[in-house]
Parts: sequence; C-alpha cells; structure tokens
Amino acid sequence: MNDTVDVTVNGEPRAVARGATLLELLESLALDPRAVVVEHNRTIVRRPTLGAVTVAPGDAIELVHFVGGG
Amino acid sequence: MLDIPFTIGGRSFHSRLMVGTGKYRDNETMARAIDASGAEIVTVAVRRVDLDRTKEEGVLYHLDAKRYFLLANTAGCYTAEDAIRYARLAREAGFNEFIKLEVIGDQETLLPDVQGLLVAARTLVAEGFKVLAYTNEDLVTALRLEDAGCAAVMPLASPIGSGLGLLNPFGVRTIKRRLKVPVVVDAGVGTASDACLTMEQGVDGILMNTALAEARDPVAMARAMRLAVEAGRTAYLAGRMPKREVAMPSSPLEGMLD
Repeated sequence: MNDTVDVTVNGEPRAVARGATLLELLESLALDPRAVVVEHNRTIVRRPTLGAVTVAPGDAIELVHFVGGG
Repeated sequence: MLDIPFTIGGRSFHSRLMVGTGKYRDNETMARAIDASGAEIVTVAVRRVDLDRTKEEGVLYHLDAKRYFLLANTAGCYTAEDAIRYARLAREAGFNEFIKLEVIGDQETLLPDVQGLLVAARTLVAEGFKVLAYTNEDLVTALRLEDAGCAAVMPLASPIGSGLGLLNPFGVRTIKRRLKVPVVVDAGVGTASDACLTMEQGVDGILMNTALAEARDPVAMARAMRLAVEAGRTAYLAGRMPKREVAMPSSPLEGMLD
C-alpha cells in the first residue's frame, strides 16, 4: 500500500499524499493560496476550486507568482 | 503648459515614466528607487515559486498595491504559445487585465519575434487583455500591432539591458506620428539624456529597468530619470527651435559703435 502519488511540481518530481487536493498541496508546501497561481496539467485552477481538485499520479503542477522583472 | 492626460487602455496616469522591478541589489533599494522615480506603472515577471525558500519575501511585499499599477510581463517567452500561457497566469494572479507582451526571437539581442508577437497579441486581445506590445522600431509591425487591438505599442530604444540609448529616433518618431494608440519606448535607455531625447520625439512614455537597477545609486538615477522624462516631454510640447546650418546672432546688429 503506497500512501503517496508521484507528481511533478515546478519541474521537480515530488511525492504527495494520495487523494490530496491542490489546496492541501499548497498547505503542505507552506504556500499561501492567495499568493500563488496554480496550473494543473496546463490548466489554470482558480482559487475557489483548489480544494475541489484532487492530485493524480503523473500530474504536472506549476506554482507561480510575481518576481522582479522589467 | 497643460499636458494631455496619459491614458492606456482606459486608465489615466500622471507619470510618463514606468519602471521595472528586476535586477536590484535588494528590495529596499528597489522600493526607494521606484518611489523616487515617481512612476505609477511598475512591471513584474511571472516565475515559478522557489519551493526551497518559501519564507523569502516576494517582490509584491515591497510594493503598495494601492499606489502602484502592476503590469505583468511575458519576459523570457520565445513563442506565442508560451507568452499566452504566461499572460493567463499573470491575469489569474488577480491584479488587472493588462499585460506587457514580449515574444523574444533571438537570445543574444533579445529582439522581438514579430510574427509570434502578432499571433499572441491577437489571441490575448480576443481574450480581453489590454496588450502593451514590446516591439522593435519598425513602423509596419507597429501598425499591425495597433490593428490587432493592442492598447499600446512599445518600440525599443535599443536592446533590453544594453543602455545604448535611442538608436533610431526617426523610427520611433515615425511610429508615434502614425499610431493612434499610445507609444511607450521600452528598453535601452541608459541615462537621463537618453530619456530626455526619447521623450523629445513626442512619445507618450518610457519604460525602463536596468538604467535604474544597475546605476551606482539607483535612487539618485531614478530622480534624474523622473526629471529627464518631464524635461523631454515639456520640451516636446514647447516645440524646439529650427536647426540651421549657419549662425544667427542673438544680439542686435544695430547700435554697434563705429
């Protein structure tokens, strides 16, 4: 019984709890959902629905925010 | 002398100087320089969160969202598809529908890929974005970007981060003369005289980053740039004297002693 699934977060392999939602993933990474934008398999997931989307094996998740730039 | 309001995509601004937030030695210097610049429009980039150092303060922590209008860019994108993806992510971050669109075509010069730029501009305009398109000083590309519905066209003074100043005043002046949408010169301004000369071409504004961030004293340079943009704009509105190939005395010829 494996209680984690393998996904890719920001290009890096990462094991997350099986059945975890995107919101729980952010919590496990100590990220404020208001401060990041989540892209799940190339689709933007809006903040109110982060708790409704479950992470599945092989998912590609991007967590982005604003940084200094010109 | 009364200036016309500086309006982009239905929003009006007092300052014609826009500044970036990249490459400062620290966030405190950045915040002080932006304050000294008088800029209201401040650009930011979209990047992955650094998962190993999530306690670090983000750039937004240092920028008062009530005071500054944040303009996200698509810097680093080499295809229309990537630029569209970044623009959508930026909009989702929740500030506004404005995007500074960059589609880069060459790594060494960071010159724009104008075909990709037009494709991305059309798609983003159709999705409701207010697109400010970074382009070269080519008139026909600028006209196409305007036709595509861009809110502003942003020809370069010289390559990004080069500090070479305004290399093609004629090209930039021609774009300004022919376009109805605002023309904001983006990239290449190195020092105050560059900014002044650029504004004297009649363009609506300037966006700069490296000229401030890499100055020995970014805060002092930001103040110089604010004054230079105001000086150049005012000189443009004042209307310069004609250039002549011969001298014209400034003092009367009459009344000279025998």
